[in-house]
Amino acid sequence: MKDVVTYREAIRAALAEELRRDPNVVLIGEDIGKYGGCFKVTQGLWDEFGADRILETPVSEEGFSGVAVGAAMMGMRPVVEIMYGDFLTLVSDQLVNHAAKTRFMSAGQLGCPLVYRIPTGSGTGHGAQHTQSLEAMFSNIPGLKIVAPSSPRDAKALLKASIRDDDPVLFFEHKMLYSALGPVGDESDVAEIGKADIKHVGGDVTVISYSRAVETCLEASDMLAVEGVGVDVVDLCSLRPLDVPTILASVRKTGRALVVHDAPAFGGFGGEVIASIVGDPETFRALKAPVRRLCGKELPVPFNAELERAIVPSAEEIVSAVTSMVAG
Amino acid sequence: MSIGFSSRQAVEALTIMLRSRSFERQVEGLFARKRMHGTTHLAIGQEAVHAGMAMGLSPSDWIVPTHRCHGHTIARGTDPYEMFSEMFGSRTGCCKGFGGSMHMTDVAHCNAGSSAVVASGVPIAVGIALALKRSGSKSIGVAIFGDGASSRGAIHEAMNLATVWKLPVLFFCENNGYGMSAPAGRALSVPSVSDRGPSYSMESSSVDGNDVEAVYASIREACEYIRSTSRPFLLEAHTYRQCGHSKNDACVYRTRDEERRWMERCPIRLFKDKMIKRGQLDDARYESLKRAVDAEIAEAAERAARDADDSISLDEAFSYVYAPGKGNARLVSEAVRARLA
Repeated sequence: MKDVVTYREAIRAALAEELRRDPNVVLIGEDIGKYGGCFKVTQGLWDEFGADRILETPVSEEGFSGVAVGAAMMGMRPVVEIMYGDFLTLVSDQLVNHAAKTRFMSAGQLGCPLVYRIPTGSGTGHGAQHTQSLEAMFSNIPGLKIVAPSSPRDAKALLKASIRDDDPVLFFEHKMLYSALGPVGDESDVAEIGKADIKHVGGDVTVISYSRAVETCLEASDMLAVEGVGVDVVDLCSLRPLDVPTILASVRKTGRALVVHDAPAFGGFGGEVIASIVGDPETFRALKAPVRRLCGKELPVPFNAELERAIVPSAEEIVSAVTSMVAG
Repeated sequence: MSIGFSSRQAVEALTIMLRSRSFERQVEGLFARKRMHGTTHLAIGQEAVHAGMAMGLSPSDWIVPTHRCHGHTIARGTDPYEMFSEMFGSRTGCCKGFGGSMHMTDVAHCNAGSSAVVASGVPIAVGIALALKRSGSKSIGVAIFGDGASSRGAIHEAMNLATVWKLPVLFFCENNGYGMSAPAGRALSVPSVSDRGPSYSMESSSVDGNDVEAVYASIREACEYIRSTSRPFLLEAHTYRQCGHSKNDACVYRTRDEERRWMERCPIRLFKDKMIKRGQLDDARYESLKRAVDAEIAEAAERAARDADDSISLDEAFSYVYAPGKGNARLVSEAVRARLA
């Protein structure tokens, strides 16, 4: 394998490795065969694995997401591609009412080890119904796990972990990251779901983020380093379970916390992160400034390219927020 | 179509129906006396559908019942004590009290549990059929749903997919005439749900759901077709819910006259009369069978009532949300695999 691959290739490699390793793994989704998937993530897999392992479906999100639940109950490990994350609304009954509750409601008689791969986020010019970031909607459901990697290494290692996980996992892939380059681990590199990763170390402010927004935060942290402001960039990697200890350790060190995500602020995941910070007495006492969040704007994603860019936090906005927090 | 049961089969069918009826009457009483909380959906009058289905299926076929699931569950062989306990919310329930009346998963009897979101269990049964087919098993998935659920899109998607993927699944519509209060005649675009089979290139048929032998024969025929072709089949049983939709239902949406007409077609009475006519039963034998069944079910209810306070703790409940450790699903799936034929 090349030392440096794209996020897309990293996901594909994880799928191929897990398909080879475990005959119970199958891919389910629309146009994921010869066509290679809407975002070409599964491209080439058809040649190696064919129709036996790559199950192409009619346009039936509710149907095939439920089929995956039933198959998982019987011990298969389906990896379902939801063509666009926005279509989670069609999948939500099977996800929320069934996948998340199978183990609990059957008192452990059945499990539901499946993965929904979810291309998500804005920046592609696909309009308001193909660009949302809906992860927070599902973070309120006990029984689900939620993963949102920002780098090729994390994407590969976390997808492998998700496929091997015994519970349903929502795997959010940001569409704007598909061509991002980075190193990846070998076949044995399987990450732990629920562990955050500190992507940049600095002492003044903790910036907490996930998915594509981590890239924006890293860009901002480089700009801030030039100004002499040190930023800890905590990449959550997983939203549920949430790595609260890593968040708290960083914030106790810096005394300042900014949460950044592309999804709108109101009811967004940032609130959960902030609650975990201010609810911890020791961390609360360490705070030198009010905790802030910088999130997507409160409107549907516009088609207009300039407006589409403007609704998610920019590196400049992050720099400005961090600077004002340091200035107190 | 109908066939005549042997005496042994006839007694088995009658016993299953009587156990189901007896269970439902006990539940009715326990709710009336406020001994049980929550809600419940009884299937009084639909016993022939459940008995005919359970006898016609192979024990290794997986069912996904409806929210009105006591009859399916008892017919499949789940211990009534575990079912009563589940409804009391006790640790000794088939799902440790996490499920309740509408959720009685019992892997030992290949019952994957019901969805209380009507029709949502149907794609799940298709997924079970997919897994069974891939495992090389001859077992099938059975998606049970009502006339009310039949209007949902999930069923359309599931039926289309099952045909396209050639999956061994029996779509079993239990048409009891009403989706809650809505008469099937006003909710459906077709006279019978089975009329929809051809639009999925799917073999389909309808059967008198109050004739246990006819249900059994239709299930056998459908299963034979499914096992030999690995294609889905849509079977509809026409029956009637003698009781209300759930615990508080005065049935204002239907006439007493209609109810009386269907009471005359009570599946237990019909079959009892048939057996007597054939010389497979007499009144004394029926009464003694019924007494024995009622005593067994009453004993199970009393025992469950005594254990009703044996609840699982909140701490323990947390341990069922996620797999407790790596590899647990493998263990679970091995338990499931043990049920594969």
